[in-house]
Amino acid sequence: MSVGIAEAKRERSERRRGFLLALPSFAYMVLFFAVPLVIVLVYSFATRTSTGSTALSDWNLDAYRKLGEPIVRNVVVRSVILALVTTVICLVVAYPFAWFCAHQRPTIRNLLLIAVMIPFWTNFLVRNYAWRILLSNGGPISSFTEAIGLGETNILFTKTAVVIGLVYAYLPFMILPLYASIDRLDRRLIEAGRDLYGSGSQTFRRIVLPLTMPGVIAGSILVFVPSMGAYVTPELLGGGKETLLGSYIVTQFLTARNWPVGASLSFVLMAVMLVSTIVYFRSGGKNL
Amino acid sequence: MSETITRRLPAWALRTNGAVVLIFLYAPIILLVVFSFSASRIPGQWGGFTSEWYATLFDDSRLQRTISVSVKVALVSTLLATVLGTMSALALERFKFRGRKVVDALLYLPIIIPDVTMAVMMLMFFSQAFDLLDSVFGIGLSKGFATIVVSHVAFNIAFVSVVVRARIAGMDATLEQAASDLYATRWQAFRFVTLPLIAPGVLGGALLAITLSLDDVVVTQFVAGPGSTTLPVYVFSLIRKGVTPTINAVSVIMLVASLILVAGSVGLQRANASRGRQQLRTPGGTS
Repeated sequence: MSVGIAEAKRERSERRRGFLLALPSFAYMVLFFAVPLVIVLVYSFATRTSTGSTALSDWNLDAYRKLGEPIVRNVVVRSVILALVTTVICLVVAYPFAWFCAHQRPTIRNLLLIAVMIPFWTNFLVRNYAWRILLSNGGPISSFTEAIGLGETNILFTKTAVVIGLVYAYLPFMILPLYASIDRLDRRLIEAGRDLYGSGSQTFRRIVLPLTMPGVIAGSILVFVPSMGAYVTPELLGGGKETLLGSYIVTQFLTARNWPVGASLSFVLMAVMLVSTIVYFRSGGKNL
Repeated sequence: MSETITRRLPAWALRTNGAVVLIFLYAPIILLVVFSFSASRIPGQWGGFTSEWYATLFDDSRLQRTISVSVKVALVSTLLATVLGTMSALALERFKFRGRKVVDALLYLPIIIPDVTMAVMMLMFFSQAFDLLDSVFGIGLSKGFATIVVSHVAFNIAFVSVVVRARIAGMDATLEQAASDLYATRWQAFRFVTLPLIAPGVLGGALLAITLSLDDVVVTQFVAGPGSTTLPVYVFSLIRKGVTPTINAVSVIMLVASLILVAGSVGLQRANASRGRQQLRTPGGTS
């Protein structure tokens, strides 16, 4: 009996210790993350006054209704399309690359994975800036295509440039989860598929692809979500002409001073992220 | 073994794709370094070798001020985020307590939230908080160094926590139990057993935090004050005005700084991997 009480006492003190250990970061995250999140939500229902400030009364859905207006709708549609194109290109390039990595000797495999990780750790702004130089008119790529007789390529400040920049920025996010799921794939299942007279493409569609699906979905989310909200890449490589959701939100705050619309769009972006995360966990993924 | 795929995608196609990916990943970085030494006034065109653009950096006082702000922000925010992140990682992996799931979820969100949303959140929060402090207590605060640090800590705690948790999850809990069986106090067990074991994770988390802090443009742009801007925000505003050879040189310096941090983290991973192998080779040995 007394043993049970001592046990319960010890467990209570353990729980308290755990709580106290988590308390500082929990308090920090509530004050500087959860509260700001709620403020954004509240603001998205507020009204912009004629002076550009925000009236915290007269709550309404005007900012969300604005999403249906052609200008905003075009921005959203363009962002979704560019993010989708980026995701598909990353997937098509990364899948064979991850497959290739997974089938190398351990030494080479590790070197390849480190080679993929290094750009990911390299300064984001610098990586975008490098493409600004490469794609500039009369720059290296243009001179190269001219030299081989293809004529000048002036793709800086176009959608193509933005997609190249996004693929460059997020390709490692696609490769790493794909590699993880391909590496876990039981190779005997492929042999079994072949033994049962499945063709190469049948084996791939019916066995390999379904088994590596968690990697495909994880990678797609990790590329799609940041592409949707990208700000630096479209600004530097799209020249601000091809406004995407991220840039549009920033404009609402720093130039147009329409906080409610900016807040509601930020929430749309968050919703995209949350929905894709839920889809991922539903599909059997464990952690991103 | 992979002959099924080999029939459709022969080995040479896989190898070519691999080479193209590696060239795609590295060519821009290498060319940027090369062009930073070009004498041409137009960035991206070769006009003979020069190192004069690096010399111009030392004359730019604005640049030097932003570099010092960046370094201070990175160091202070990393220190805070590492302490807080490590504590929450220990709590989440080693203890059961009420509200554990909430802490877990709250520490997951900053990792997946788009940085534009994070920037908007911090901007609105500080504007509200400063209005409130001004009207209630008459304290007039403005955005600057402190707001940048607070924001960087807010997204970095989560990243440090994830890295440290991965380390703790792969760790043998029986070692801590052994310590307490041998009458070590809680503090002794932590100081002499737990901390040395999680140290590589803590260091890895800190390196990631420094990298993310030095990388951030969007959030900082929203919370920086007129007098205190970080290097990336300053460079970003310069690039939008137009590219110059000086920006090439600054970029290469930022590149070198981030490569030093990568080298640190890759070295750390290799050290961990080889130590792990050693432990496997001498079963029972925990050296």
